Amino acid sequence: MLQVNDLHVTVEGKEILKGLTLTINAGEVHAIMGPNGAGKSTLSAVIAGKDGYEVTQGSITFEGQNVLEMEIEERAQAGLLLGFQYPVEIPGVKNIYLLKSALNAQRAARGEGEMPAPEFMKLVKEKLGFMKMDASFLQRAVNEGFSGGEKKRNEILQMLVLQPKLAMLDEIDSGLDIDAMKVVADGVNSLRAEERAILLVTHYQRLLDYIVPDKVHVLVDGRIVKTGDAELAKELEANGYEGIEESVA
Amino acid sequence: MSDTQTFLDTLKARSQQRGAEPTWIAARRQAGAARFEAMGFPTRRDEEWKYTDVRSIAQGNFALADNAEFSQASAAALTLPLDAYRLTFVNGVYSAALSNLDGLPDSVQVMPLSKALTDNHEAVGGPLGRLTGVDFSTFAALNTAFMEEGAVVRIAPGTVVDKPILLQFLSREGAPVMSHPRILVEVAGRSEATLIEHYAGQADAANFTNVVAELMLDRGAILNHYKLQEAPLGDMHVASIHVEQSRDSRYSSYNLNLGGALVRNDLISDLNGQGAETNFYGLFFGQGRQHVDNHTKVNHNAPLTFSNENYKGILDDRAHGVFNGKVYVKRDSQKIEGFQSNQNLLLSDRAHIDAKPELEIYADDVKCSHGTTTGQLDEEAIYALRTRGIDEATARGLLTLAFAGEVLEQVALDAIAERVELAVAGKLPERFNLAGLVEAAVALND
Repeated sequence: MLQVNDLHVTVEGKEILKGLTLTINAGEVHAIMGPNGAGKSTLSAVIAGKDGYEVTQGSITFEGQNVLEMEIEERAQAGLLLGFQYPVEIPGVKNIYLLKSALNAQRAARGEGEMPAPEFMKLVKEKLGFMKMDASFLQRAVNEGFSGGEKKRNEILQMLVLQPKLAMLDEIDSGLDIDAMKVVADGVNSLRAEERAILLVTHYQRLLDYIVPDKVHVLVDGRIVKTGDAELAKELEANGYEGIEESVA
Repeated sequence: MSDTQTFLDTLKARSQQRGAEPTWIAARRQAGAARFEAMGFPTRRDEEWKYTDVRSIAQGNFALADNAEFSQASAAALTLPLDAYRLTFVNGVYSAALSNLDGLPDSVQVMPLSKALTDNHEAVGGPLGRLTGVDFSTFAALNTAFMEEGAVVRIAPGTVVDKPILLQFLSREGAPVMSHPRILVEVAGRSEATLIEHYAGQADAANFTNVVAELMLDRGAILNHYKLQEAPLGDMHVASIHVEQSRDSRYSSYNLNLGGALVRNDLISDLNGQGAETNFYGLFFGQGRQHVDNHTKVNHNAPLTFSNENYKGILDDRAHGVFNGKVYVKRDSQKIEGFQSNQNLLLSDRAHIDAKPELEIYADDVKCSHGTTTGQLDEEAIYALRTRGIDEATARGLLTLAFAGEVLEQVALDAIAERVELAVAGKLPERFNLAGLVEAAVALND
């Protein structure tokens, strides 16, 4: 589904990713772990298309398409969706507008018409209920005045409504208490499906107790230095990243 | 010949048609005419009119309407969908057929000015012109010279008016006419009311409206004043609003401007007693070659008075906006708070805003701030929306709507907030027209 091949990325002249290679197949849940500054957030930002990241070498392919040639919105419409570590507050833009515009954009890209309002509302209310969010969220501005936990739940709500093919979640566990973490994890787990893949970017193993990955990659200094199964995350928790860095060196 | 002569000729013809009236009104009109003739129309050399060229009014040839004909169906389509005590004027002429004061309590008087004049209503002659004298501006003098119609609202002490009072001014298509509505509102002590001025009309109309409103708030009175100006795009609209506030009164203005080719609003609040508070919320949206000028002034004439102002402008195409907001603190008006903010959004390279915030403070223990910004949309928010699959044009539309929303969220009347939001969404450039989206969201609320 997603192939990242020998990816080199510089930000403001500094090389952050130094030859990253990663393959994610449909049905899989991958976790990328690594210390601060290893390039975890850079990877998801480049896949999403954020400005300011220069790809100097390598490629990103999603279902055979060259991601780097797609507009930001085209990537999302194709099913490549990023959940932010720090969701942006968008004063005045109601959640309902965001959800409706985003869903209709995705449908339009597939050549489908707009979802009729009653059907849309039914869908949104069901997903809201799943995320234990009140209907009043819909009329509130996107993330404005939301607590950390509410913002993260809102990211997952968008995922549940938009049903991406590849959901990338950047540090979705940061700022969550244990109850919010469970709700978020339930949301993510409900996305698991044969035709869908999930990429978790996280600093801590804690999240992986709730969302058990098929594969765990360790990202250190711009490269994936080790790949394993869920057990690898537990090793990292016990021994820290230093052990890995040493074994690679 | 001078531009004023056309107007004076029209005035002379008009006065010859008039029947018997109280003598004081004729004297006021004469004083207005004399002042108008002496001042003439302002030019851009006048500091107060530096950014606004009124030649399209001065050189216009506007008759006076002689009837209030307007089809019930087209009036119904324009009327705000809310339960209100309603007076309707068509091209400035009172329409009894389109008005409805059913159920108005005895403690509230609402009547057309013509009726107050016919009845020689003793209470009207005194306050009329007390706040807006003929010296205020050429347009105030002109309004006084032609003063014959408008609205008188008087609310007895301790009355909470159960429904909004809606003054509806409809502009009709046809040969250009002018009207000079005069509005007098007296809210007695501890009373509370909502007043709506609504300007709308037929798309092809090209009339000139020159309104003067004098609003008097006695001790502890509360007035929420909505001015929804969605006049036809060929209309000229000049408004002078003066507010006088006694101790502990609270006035909130919602000055929402969407229509008109040339629009000028002067809004002035005099805070004359301790504890008086005034809130100015403004939104203007200009496109094409619309010109929208808002001049506001808060006079902190007493200690412990409060003002809060938030004006937002959105300008597209070759529209021109003006914001001139002044906060004046009189000598020894200590412990006042005066806050002012003006933000403008330019959607096109050729749109233009002249923003001029002013503070004039003659007391030393005050809290005042002002700021004005003009810019484009937040790129980070555009990125966030695009990562959800929303194309850039729609993202920009959503953020523009959101910009307006920051003023609209202060609007307590849903019918007005929704109307304006829908209008803004519908006026966005075609590629990011969001009217359908807003309609759907509004429908969900119902």
